[in-house]
Amino acid sequence: MSAPLTSLDRPNSYIGRSVPRPNAKRLLAGRGRYVSDLRLPRMLYAAFLRSPYAHAKIVSINAQQARMLEGVHLVATGADLARICTPWTGTLDHFKGMTSAPQLPLPLDRVVWAGQAVVAVVAESRAIAEDALELIEVDYEDLPVVVDIDGAREAGGPLINPGSANNTCFRSQLDSGPVNEAFAQAAHVVEEEFSFGRHTAVTLEPRAIVADYDPAAGALTVHHATQTPYQFQDLYSRHYKIPEARVRVIATDIGGSFGMKLHVYHEDMAVVGLSILLGRPVKYVADRIESFVSDIHARDHRVRARMALDAKGEILAMDVLDLTAIGAFSTYPRTSVVEGNQVIRLMGAPYRFKNYRATLEVIFQNKVQTSQYRAVGHPIACAVTERLVDMAAAKVGLDPFAIRAQNVIADDAYPQTSPSGYRFEALSHQACLKQLHEMMDHDALRAEQADLRKRGIYRGIGIAAFVEITNPSPAFYGVGGARISSQDGAILSLTPSGEVRCLISVTEQGQGTEAIISQIVADQLGLAQEHVKVITGDTEVTPHGGATWACRGAGIGGETALQAARALKRNILEIAALILQEQPSALDIIDGEVVDAATRNRRMPISEIARIAYFRSDTLPPGTQAQLTVSHHFAPQGYPFAFTNGIQGCSLEVDVETGFIKVLKHFIVEDCGRVINPMLVDEQLRGGIVQGLGAALFEECRYSETGQLVNGSLADYLVPMPMEMPDIVIGHVETPTADTELGAKGVGEAGTAAASACVLNAVNDALTPFGATINSIPITPTKILKALKRF
Amino acid sequence: MKARAFSYFRAATIDQALDAHARAGEDARFIAGGQSLVPALSLRLQAPRLLIDITHIDELRGVRRDGGYLRIGALTRHCEMLSEPLIAEFAPLLHAAAPFVAHPAIRNRGTFGGSIALADPASEFPAMTLALDAEIEIAGPSGSRRVKADDFFVELFETALQPGELITAIYVPLFKADQRFAFDELARRRGDYALVGCGMLATFTGDRIDDIRISFFSVGNTPMRVKGAELTLIGSSLDAERIAAAQAALEGDLAPPDSDEIPPAMRLHLARVLLGRLLGRLCEGE
Repeated sequence: MSAPLTSLDRPNSYIGRSVPRPNAKRLLAGRGRYVSDLRLPRMLYAAFLRSPYAHAKIVSINAQQARMLEGVHLVATGADLARICTPWTGTLDHFKGMTSAPQLPLPLDRVVWAGQAVVAVVAESRAIAEDALELIEVDYEDLPVVVDIDGAREAGGPLINPGSANNTCFRSQLDSGPVNEAFAQAAHVVEEEFSFGRHTAVTLEPRAIVADYDPAAGALTVHHATQTPYQFQDLYSRHYKIPEARVRVIATDIGGSFGMKLHVYHEDMAVVGLSILLGRPVKYVADRIESFVSDIHARDHRVRARMALDAKGEILAMDVLDLTAIGAFSTYPRTSVVEGNQVIRLMGAPYRFKNYRATLEVIFQNKVQTSQYRAVGHPIACAVTERLVDMAAAKVGLDPFAIRAQNVIADDAYPQTSPSGYRFEALSHQACLKQLHEMMDHDALRAEQADLRKRGIYRGIGIAAFVEITNPSPAFYGVGGARISSQDGAILSLTPSGEVRCLISVTEQGQGTEAIISQIVADQLGLAQEHVKVITGDTEVTPHGGATWACRGAGIGGETALQAARALKRNILEIAALILQEQPSALDIIDGEVVDAATRNRRMPISEIARIAYFRSDTLPPGTQAQLTVSHHFAPQGYPFAFTNGIQGCSLEVDVETGFIKVLKHFIVEDCGRVINPMLVDEQLRGGIVQGLGAALFEECRYSETGQLVNGSLADYLVPMPMEMPDIVIGHVETPTADTELGAKGVGEAGTAAASACVLNAVNDALTPFGATINSIPITPTKILKALKRF
Repeated sequence: MKARAFSYFRAATIDQALDAHARAGEDARFIAGGQSLVPALSLRLQAPRLLIDITHIDELRGVRRDGGYLRIGALTRHCEMLSEPLIAEFAPLLHAAAPFVAHPAIRNRGTFGGSIALADPASEFPAMTLALDAEIEIAGPSGSRRVKADDFFVELFETALQPGELITAIYVPLFKADQRFAFDELARRRGDYALVGCGMLATFTGDRIDDIRISFFSVGNTPMRVKGAELTLIGSSLDAERIAAAQAALEGDLAPPDSDEIPPAMRLHLARVLLGRLLGRLCEGE
């Protein structure tokens, strides 16, 4: 821990202490309450008939038999829902020139990906609804399918949106410094084309929603497995024209989200409409196969990139072309171009060079929509940059650590600006690099690698430095016109028994949000953590805020809680001072007791203050009105983002006969600013790394030439499992942000950001003796054996 | 993902089960562990009107010696392949293959007979019955019969079982002191279906192989014996040259189908690598 000491570092501080998540025991005991556990009176179940075609005209729908099936209450088509729901368009104003077609819950006349929901059935049970689906006949007329990047860009090729000039959603360019001159003068140039497969989140709990419209009250309640209840309150209100105050979204317990559960899905919007049409609660829980064909996918990039260096290995410039295919339209309301945008903006981020040029082209195709998923864009920018750095190191004759040490922005050179224009407050690449070198025992690993090679065992060592975007300000979505908040709110009350209830807008999906908020509140108020109850995720109860995404929960939500707790403490001490006839500044609260600030002598428990304020206000001086509930909002100011940084290392073994890769050990040194709960930070890092290793080695949504997802089950789509995962060794550097009192930045995406880059470098390192290279993720046995020309 | 409605009948005897099936005709399915059937029902890939539960039929249970054979009841669970001492002693190849069959939760319910009846070409046990020269005991409307594993697996998910017939037991010749076995598979994750898997049983005189049966799975439409490779090995002792010859012979034995991710040539390559490694282990006398 390298942060300078502050009041947050008191020996008994909850901040910086590994305490277990208060909700972990409840969830492990099976007492969680997920959307699928909900059974409301008169509740019905929805199921969806899905398109077998990736692109087709809907000629006719015959649902007569389905409507007559006993137990079926409603069969709804696109036209039925279009009458009550206004269309949405997934564009944002700050992405100049981007286009996307308007969308409806169910399509009117055309399907644009295989698996798109076409008809909804609502019945007494999910089984009956599925029986009814089998009775529906839809006539389709095949349309030409666009499934790959080249096909989509072909001049005169099929168009996904009739009437548009081409299949381009968005183009963007960055150009800083004389890139051409830098390449002309370079002593070394390295260049490669990379491809990154589509993958998807695979949350343990699938998407789930219960919409409950009460026609008598004109009020809609939605129980929704989402990260962002406030965003959905706004969307349901606007698209179904229900006053916002009569829309309540409750995010119950949630089994993982990773960014997947904050987008508008057609089925979810449809379920709200179905409940309005029926005046009854309607439940929909995606099954695993539906999740594969309708949850957002991510990545799917092809990047051509080159890097120029001088004779000593100083990076001079980068030049990048990123082509990414997103599906048939851009996702609402956060769009599908943020990932590409972050890819080109994060390229080269750890390094000092300034000459940078990048082109981003975002392309439509007949597949399910892509959008933000854990570490949006980071793994691609990191893999491209770090592989080029390794290639450059080999060319210049430098060790991978040495070339990075030479080129990273120095720890004492901040503030700095990245090649793409991001402003960095303070990062710690040098410290992280140094710590990783020691932690890996890099020299010993290299010696062992050399020994084993003589015996025909091929090990690889890879490292990858990264920068992560956290704590986003309105620069992320607000400026583009999205009604997505970057502030958070908290309401804190002292209860009559002297405990504290905290209602806060950040949400919990399993990462420990509620744990760290209770730590911060307990710490600031001087209470035991078990006396702080944190309540999240109910728009009728908790204040409006951004909720949880883009690594903002700890940094922004945490600061909100800190400020609110300080305000409540001031109010408590004011009353205490009146009772004790002291100045408030002479008092403090420790372990639930008001004490003399100087001597720490106990004066009275805060439960006594609560008792007097709530039940014996007559004993307080006239004119005293105790304010034991406070509210506080906090919006990030200063830097538009709090960037974090770190470096990962990986040691693995390639079986050159089978192409199988065994990851032996993974390492990370990470700097997320102030660490609130080391245990949770470490597990965020481990979880993120595992997801990154999944991307590196296993996960890919594979499509046929006709646009069918061919591996949409957990038997065929491989996620990382414990047996294949290595031990992960973690180190920390702490550089708190000065933009907040708390100084915390995000950490949830750091592991994912660089894990795949690390593996890519390690595999290429292992293959060096064979002159074989890999430039494509996931790295499968097939790719390895092809590179080794084994078949 | 909900199954279509079906009727359920729990049979207490083999005769009851066969009768129920005969009455229901093609719309009936036997169910034991249900590890393949239940997902197929949920996905509505199958929608029988009647499920006949055979898990309470005592005659289908138990592992015992029967002459020169080990009789393994069809209801023997995959996990029992690991825990049953008779299997470890007299059918060690099955014992060795068992940990590679899916995951513990599946092994706790899945049955040996069910796995053989389904005949998934990517499954471990059907292929091992070939290597073991096992016999499959079948009960049906016209009585009981025993079919050699060599004659049992016909085509993709198609076996010598006729509609309405039930596997009652598998007979495995007892493992002998002059025999050696080896098993392994190449799966990207532990518990997954393998890209290629192989088991073998060889009878030695000293270092010389008198007989060997080698069976692969995940290489075609059925589990497959590789007779060309076997022939290159019979009568010889194992050395690098023999192993290479056996590996080369696989090209004539196997013609893996094209799949979306693993090209046939790669599967053949992996089969050669695996064969080489297993013969190497056999050579070391494992």
